[in-house]
Amino acid sequence: MYQILKQIVKTGIKTETPPQADGSMRLVEQRLQQAILEAFGGALAIRQVDAGSCNGCELEIHAVNNAYYNIEGLGIKFVASPRHADLLLVTGPVSRHMELALKRTYDATPEPKLVVAIGDCACDGGIFGSGDADGSGENYATCGKVSNVIPVDVVVSGCPPAPTAILQGILTAISARK
Amino acid sequence: MPIKHPNLKLSRLTDALPAWAGDIAVDDLRAVCRQVHDGGGRLVALWGSDVRQCGGGFKLHVVLINETGLVCLNVPLHAEHPNYPDISDIFPAANRMQRAAYDLLGICAQEGHDHRKWLRHGAWRSGSFPLRKDFDAAASRTVEADDYPFVQVEGQGVHEIPVGPVHAGIIEPGHFRFSIIGERVLRLEERLGYVHKGIEKRFERMSLQQGAKLAGRVSGDSTVAYAWAYAMAAEGIAKVTPSNNALWMRALLLERERVANHLGDLGYLGNDVALSFGFAQFWILKEQVLRNNATLFGHRYLMDAIVPGGVAVHLSIEGKHIIEQECDMLEQQVRILRGIYDEHAGVQDRFIGTGVVTPKLAAQLGLCGLAGRASAQAWDARVQFACAPYDKLDVQMATYRNGDVAARVIVRFDELFESLRLQREILARLVSDDAAPVLLERLPANGFGIGMVEGWRGEVMVAIHTDAQGGLARVHPHDPSWQNWPLLEHAIIDNIVPDFPLINKSFNLSYTGQDL
Repeated sequence: MYQILKQIVKTGIKTETPPQADGSMRLVEQRLQQAILEAFGGALAIRQVDAGSCNGCELEIHAVNNAYYNIEGLGIKFVASPRHADLLLVTGPVSRHMELALKRTYDATPEPKLVVAIGDCACDGGIFGSGDADGSGENYATCGKVSNVIPVDVVVSGCPPAPTAILQGILTAISARK
Repeated sequence: MPIKHPNLKLSRLTDALPAWAGDIAVDDLRAVCRQVHDGGGRLVALWGSDVRQCGGGFKLHVVLINETGLVCLNVPLHAEHPNYPDISDIFPAANRMQRAAYDLLGICAQEGHDHRKWLRHGAWRSGSFPLRKDFDAAASRTVEADDYPFVQVEGQGVHEIPVGPVHAGIIEPGHFRFSIIGERVLRLEERLGYVHKGIEKRFERMSLQQGAKLAGRVSGDSTVAYAWAYAMAAEGIAKVTPSNNALWMRALLLERERVANHLGDLGYLGNDVALSFGFAQFWILKEQVLRNNATLFGHRYLMDAIVPGGVAVHLSIEGKHIIEQECDMLEQQVRILRGIYDEHAGVQDRFIGTGVVTPKLAAQLGLCGLAGRASAQAWDARVQFACAPYDKLDVQMATYRNGDVAARVIVRFDELFESLRLQREILARLVSDDAAPVLLERLPANGFGIGMVEGWRGEVMVAIHTDAQGGLARVHPHDPSWQNWPLLEHAIIDNIVPDFPLINKSFNLSYTGQDL
């Protein structure tokens, strides 16, 4: 126990200042009322869904939880079920094999809900090609971007996006329209 | 020459690896597999290709490995009836690979008892095959209901827990079907393929350079290993050798990838036994490595740093100092944290004896990589088939016999320290040459090459076939997770359900790497 406490004291506080919301990341206008956003801002619950990524984006979503970005320090935490969530954090491209699971996850999330799409593939299919909702896309196995399958509020580009960008996307989703 | 058979003529493939290839008739396949198996060899990968446009039928490709090197057996198959004998009784790891080869290309392993689909769920029609050159994506589109016959466990008090594809953590999707009695797991059956995103088909439209980017995104956490294996396969076909500097740089990047992943896993393994201190500490260290990567090489995970022919990054003298300081810092910090893990009764109680894979079972089923070494499977491509520059490094392999979570943790710690040592050695020998790198533009026609690299998870292999114009006719990336996923089903037996996340994390296998 002494060793653990000593190490914690020696490590000190690493947390950095969080980024500001950025309206240019919005895909659609803010739909939620100020009062709801304020409640979200106090305690946001996120359900992460990998809908077909190469797991690169997941690495950075893990990193958002580390001491430097300290997402929990902002009152935001990742939860185990969509039924507990206010916001879905989705990586893509959406594989056809995950299409139904993603739709069901979205349906299981109670209203009001927000969706943030993380990474180039979630924004436009990325290197895996622009799949399409009806099968006419470049890739037989994917539906392409997340907004082809469920409504998306905010997109965060990057391959993978840095943790600050992910944090910024989440904060944008819960900020009032400026 | 690693394998002798009267009907097998092997030719040497590349200089980077002891690798050979040769054609063999479908009737002789089993005899050669049996011989390699009996000599202690393993199956590395199995895939197929469509060569009907070149006047052939289909081809089955089986890569085997023994102590002398790699052999790729090319088996010509009939255009109308592309059948071959099942080899999953010799190499159990072949089961899922054979089923995937059928789903994607329609080549069929006969006499096998398991013909369930594997990578195909409902996204394309049964009887149509994406990797055939005449595949019509629009016509094959379907919304078929996806039913999959899981093996049922029956008996008084037995019930099932279905988990996934969307899991409770920040983790890739897959389905796990537990049959349990009380808390005890009687059987686990995995169903993967959810993140199948047509990677192999996608390669066929790409240039060599685009392909390198895609190879680096087969499994994002192993981007260096994939990019290097891809480059090695391409360089083998073109018969070029990258500069010494480029090779040292690749090894440096690969060891940095190993360190970053081991740090992350060690943190999560602490977290999974309720020592969140471990997560906080290890992820601070990992973040520092990632930030140095971004500063020095322009990408936190080192994507696109390795290109066919060389590397796309450069390291200055100051950069070397930064890495040296980082290595010293990590060495000191990880020693402290290892001491804390070792002394922590609660942690050791959860680690020791949990999720055991015995050496005998590991050998039977072909467990490889980090998890294999924790169950006494002494395979490490950096040691046995040390391609340059590992031939000058004398890597110390970490192996243990216990095969439990604790052993997989120990192997990670040992490999982490070894990677720090290797990085220092590499830095001492890395000489900056300012000569412009000679990058590969195109590949020769009708070539075939294999690259294999010991990534942090295990051996990553990439095979490239070129067409008559030198384009990418077929690229097959192979992840060590193919071999190791089935072992997870065994490791969980007789453990309790709450230990599954811990056991799963101790393997940390790739979903995307095997779903392709």
